[in-house]
Amino acid sequence: MNLVPLGLVLDIGLGLLALAIALFALRTRTTYAAAVGFVAFGLLVALAWFRLGAPDVALTEAAIGGGLTGLLMLNASARLRATEAAAERERPGVPLRLLALLAAVAVAGALAIAVLALPTPAPTLAPLAVANAPVTGLGNPVAATLMAFRATDTLLEKVVLVLAIVGVWSLARDERWGGRPGRRHAADPNGVLVFFARLLPPIGIVFGVYLLFVSADLPGGAFQGGTILAAMWLLAIMARLADTPTIDQRWLRFWLIAGPAAFLLVGLAGLAFGSGFLAYPEPLAKPIILFVEVVKIVTVGVTLALIVAGPPERRGGEGR
Amino acid sequence: MNSATWYGLLGATLAGIGLYGLIVHPHVLRKILSFNLLGSGVFLIAGVVARRGADAGLPGDPVLQGLVITGIIVAFSATALAVALLLRLAEAAHTASLSPDALAVQAGDAPLPADGSDPGVARRPEGA
Repeated sequence: MNLVPLGLVLDIGLGLLALAIALFALRTRTTYAAAVGFVAFGLLVALAWFRLGAPDVALTEAAIGGGLTGLLMLNASARLRATEAAAERERPGVPLRLLALLAAVAVAGALAIAVLALPTPAPTLAPLAVANAPVTGLGNPVAATLMAFRATDTLLEKVVLVLAIVGVWSLARDERWGGRPGRRHAADPNGVLVFFARLLPPIGIVFGVYLLFVSADLPGGAFQGGTILAAMWLLAIMARLADTPTIDQRWLRFWLIAGPAAFLLVGLAGLAFGSGFLAYPEPLAKPIILFVEVVKIVTVGVTLALIVAGPPERRGGEGR
Repeated sequence: MNSATWYGLLGATLAGIGLYGLIVHPHVLRKILSFNLLGSGVFLIAGVVARRGADAGLPGDPVLQGLVITGIIVAFSATALAVALLLRLAEAAHTASLSPDALAVQAGDAPLPADGSDPGVARRPEGA
């Protein structure tokens, strides 16, 4: 029997490393370095989620927090390099920095006290979730939560994604409307990026679809799978093996709304034939959830890739 | 101290770091990044509450974990919209700061003064 449990030592090391990288991202001079730090931070936080017994959240955090958000930040910092020097000169004086420090310490302190004062025994919905999971036909209680117990949240989250893409697109200049999102990337045809962009997508696509189908009983999900599909598409776009589609195409518009539309239709069908909005009739629960998830993975993949690509900046003919 | 409490304190500290960066950094991309650090801290605390609710053979409360997944996705959507707004701001005003001075001096589309002088010069404070 060890004096200090090994798991706790690992947790403390992981936490200190995450903290150090967060401080690096806060203090470093260039925005690009901060963005690189943020990617590393996201991956460490994903490990922390594994340690907290939440592999589903860990997958989401690694794919979104470390992956796509990091990619957004890296892209933006590369494009904003010219603005950095001017912004740096506006750094606030000591009094404001002290006030900010005071506010930060107060908030962190209040949260720490709240964490230490959490009630024991902790309130939990785990027994209820386990007791009701068989009704949904799903063995993974987190998937059952997302697709059944709290399906309204998941439906609204899909609507948020549609709103995000509408918001991003509406920032396009008038004359670029209907064009291709993002700038044309430059890539060395013999470079390592192009090599990986040819090598990884077949593996990534299989893994993304695997994450969807396995999520019924194991960690995974349509969202995590869709994120990997989006990443594969973005990789091909960045390596110039593919290009972003012009945003006025019908198939694109269809897939952007197909996920939430299918979910909404199923919800309304529950109102008409079942016991309420989003209530699935018991023997059909699993096929219905599978149908919604399969449509969703395509919608998530297309939406996320286009959100990261940004508003249209080139006419349809420009590019290649 | 057990692991859950440690991660809870880590989340609290990260929220503080994020809040500090959000206030202090003039560059909007650094503000967005700091805001995401703050968010990660808050999500971790939710994860600790879920972890403490481990019961019925599960390592944590699945309902709260599901809510955190939804939260991460919504946070990503908001971040992407903020980054797009920032890039558009930089394109239109050649600045990535929100300070009224920087916006007024550098905005290319600021209304021209009646005497036809350069708006950038006219708007600079005395003695600049």
